Amino acid sequence: MAATAESVQKPDFQANRKHFIFTDEHEQLRESIRNFALKELAPHAEEWEETTFPDSVFRRMGELGFLGLDKPEAYGGQGGDYYTSLVLAEEITNANSGGLAMGVAVQTDMAMPPILAFGTEEQKRQWAEPAIKGQKILCLGITEPDAGSDVSGIKTRAVRDGEDYVINGSKTYITNGHRADVIVLVTKTDPDAGYDGFTLFLVPMDAPGVIREKKLEKLGMHASDTALLAFQDVRVPDSAVLGQVGKGFYHIMWELQGERLIGAAGCVAGAQKCFDRTLQYAHERKAFGREIGKFQVIRHKFAEMATKIESARQMVYVTAWRFNNGEYPVREISMAKLHAARIACEVADECIQIHGGAGYMREYGVERVWRDMRLNRIGAGTDEIMLDVIGRSYGL
Amino acid sequence: MAPTPPFTDEHEQLRASARGFIERELTPHAQQWEEEQWFPDEVFGKLAGQGLLGLKYPTEYGGQGGDYLHEAVLIEELARIGSGGTAAGIGAHVNIATPPIWKFGTEEQKQRYLAPAIRGEKIGALGITEPEAGSDVAALRTRAERTDGGWMVNGEKTYITNGLRAHFIVTAVKTTAEGGHHGISFLIIDRGEGVSSSKLHKLGWHASDTATISFEDVFVGDENLLGGLHEGFALIMANFQWERLAMALGAVGAMQIAWERTVAFARERRAFGRSLSGHQAIGHKLVDLATSAYTCRCVTYDALRRFVAGEEPVREVTMAKLLTQRACFELMDACLQIHGGAGYMREYWVERAARDARLGPIGGGSDEIMREILARSYGF
Repeated sequence: MAATAESVQKPDFQANRKHFIFTDEHEQLRESIRNFALKELAPHAEEWEETTFPDSVFRRMGELGFLGLDKPEAYGGQGGDYYTSLVLAEEITNANSGGLAMGVAVQTDMAMPPILAFGTEEQKRQWAEPAIKGQKILCLGITEPDAGSDVSGIKTRAVRDGEDYVINGSKTYITNGHRADVIVLVTKTDPDAGYDGFTLFLVPMDAPGVIREKKLEKLGMHASDTALLAFQDVRVPDSAVLGQVGKGFYHIMWELQGERLIGAAGCVAGAQKCFDRTLQYAHERKAFGREIGKFQVIRHKFAEMATKIESARQMVYVTAWRFNNGEYPVREISMAKLHAARIACEVADECIQIHGGAGYMREYGVERVWRDMRLNRIGAGTDEIMLDVIGRSYGL
Repeated sequence: MAPTPPFTDEHEQLRASARGFIERELTPHAQQWEEEQWFPDEVFGKLAGQGLLGLKYPTEYGGQGGDYLHEAVLIEELARIGSGGTAAGIGAHVNIATPPIWKFGTEEQKQRYLAPAIRGEKIGALGITEPEAGSDVAALRTRAERTDGGWMVNGEKTYITNGLRAHFIVTAVKTTAEGGHHGISFLIIDRGEGVSSSKLHKLGWHASDTATISFEDVFVGDENLLGGLHEGFALIMANFQWERLAMALGAVGAMQIAWERTVAFARERRAFGRSLSGHQAIGHKLVDLATSAYTCRCVTYDALRRFVAGEEPVREVTMAKLLTQRACFELMDACLQIHGGAGYMREYWVERAARDARLGPIGGGSDEIMREILARSYGF
């Protein structure tokens, strides 16, 4: 620690300060995902808000190996560590499309992990392998019209019938629900068994009785397709059970941990991107004879936002470090998710404020970030559910 | 769970032993020291006996030969005294008064001041702030005029922690008539003729002796010039980073202990037929506080890790300071609220903790100064 007069008075804020969890390889990966997102995705972001993003995005990302970064090589993945998945979640924000990032995350970090963790060899070959290639699209069905965060209220039933199961019920707010080839479906197989009465199924979306009811219109995330689905006497064989019969609730609780952490990473990266863009605006925009960023109230807004973003980033990274080391830090993941989602919404709102009238206009893209970000305090478990989870971890 | 980086099991062992010592030897006296508005000088001797005043200092001066991470453990644990003023007095000695001597001092100065400071025999203070110059150090007025064999010092320093008891004051003085930042030097001034202190009364930090110190024609020999002539600003800036990190660590420690105590209270206290914590509004408030404490810990530890690695992470340290000081005060206020009427009473610890925490967003560079530094780092 040699402090010199020069270095303490002129600190280098631009120094490349890689976090300790990342290696040079991660940085190279970061670079290549960023370039891909900027070149091949971002130019279409505006258009995809109207049309939703095309399925070809999955195929292209599959070709590039981005859908299987941390997945086993045996199924076509890259065999990387958990941090590679984190890098994807961060860099995909360069697509400038929250909806696209969410659609991809459902594929890589929500629907696929349970298949790889609990699936049979045959299921992995049938669904995970082509999903990693981007040739099959996955979705995950938990929420129902009458059961959201309270998973125990799920009503979709799977009833044994000879060698098969017959499924009836409905699922809603299903991302990728219209385009998906298969759904990881949470059902109730034993209504009297409480938390031990749930079972996961892999249901092909072209199975007779699977009805894609409607595309749901949303506040934000317009580039993603969100479905209301109905299941009417859908008959699937025994081999469609994913994991253990009766263990579906626990399988899904495990899945949610990865989903929340990845979601938190996306919040941090999205907030940072919005910050960077607003920073540039504040340098360019003039008022009362100077850059608006030179006004102290605006300068201090940036200082506050940067501090918030950094706080969430550090939570995500240190929690990811635990996760990658094989710890199962449910409390810390819940905290990171809660905090990151909150600050992302606050940052997006402050960025609109700094943009003034322009911030309210669609052409600047900040209002879209604001709309997209708002989902993070609801999806994958609301703020209030996070508070409950964390509270329970302390015995409260 | 594994210790959070940059800490290792070795640090956790130190933590356990420091905590044990503090809870046994210091915490039981906190209430009394607060009321007396003074903790005894022997506290320094006791800490020295455990090696706790020299954790990061080299063994040749009687230190433990550890590094900033060992020191960081102590700073966090000092919060367990439950007296911000006592922690502040110890912290002023260990974290702000002695580091400049260690880093910028001559061998002779280190033998004369650092070694006895590590033994707890000499107590130090750092004197920068003046009645007319706080965060704006370019406005300092205390003058050191050249005289035969040394300097003649005149001026006044204020808000000086350990200002009554300190045996030596590491003092920022103007050594040129003009020059703003560039005309500042540091002198180590022994308490003696011409040095007088008067105690200040404060909102919190009652156990610490905070004073205004006047220098009237105080002669300081050449051998007590610390660091280069007119290079004092660099010394100030260098230590700011550690001082601010230390404040962040102190807040992390204080938040942890306050949270633990408040949860215990909320579990025990009953209202409307159940425990306070069983009410969702209180349960969720406690969880928000835990999340805030964890956030502060993550940010602070990252800045600490970078600091120890020599990255000079001014931006990260500034963020940690800004975030933690306000979060700590907000947490204390929320803990006070959860305690209800009891929280307002002096017999509980929490009103004191809230008062003590209020200094955080002011001391060591105010929140407003932190935001200025950060804004500058983004080119504004």
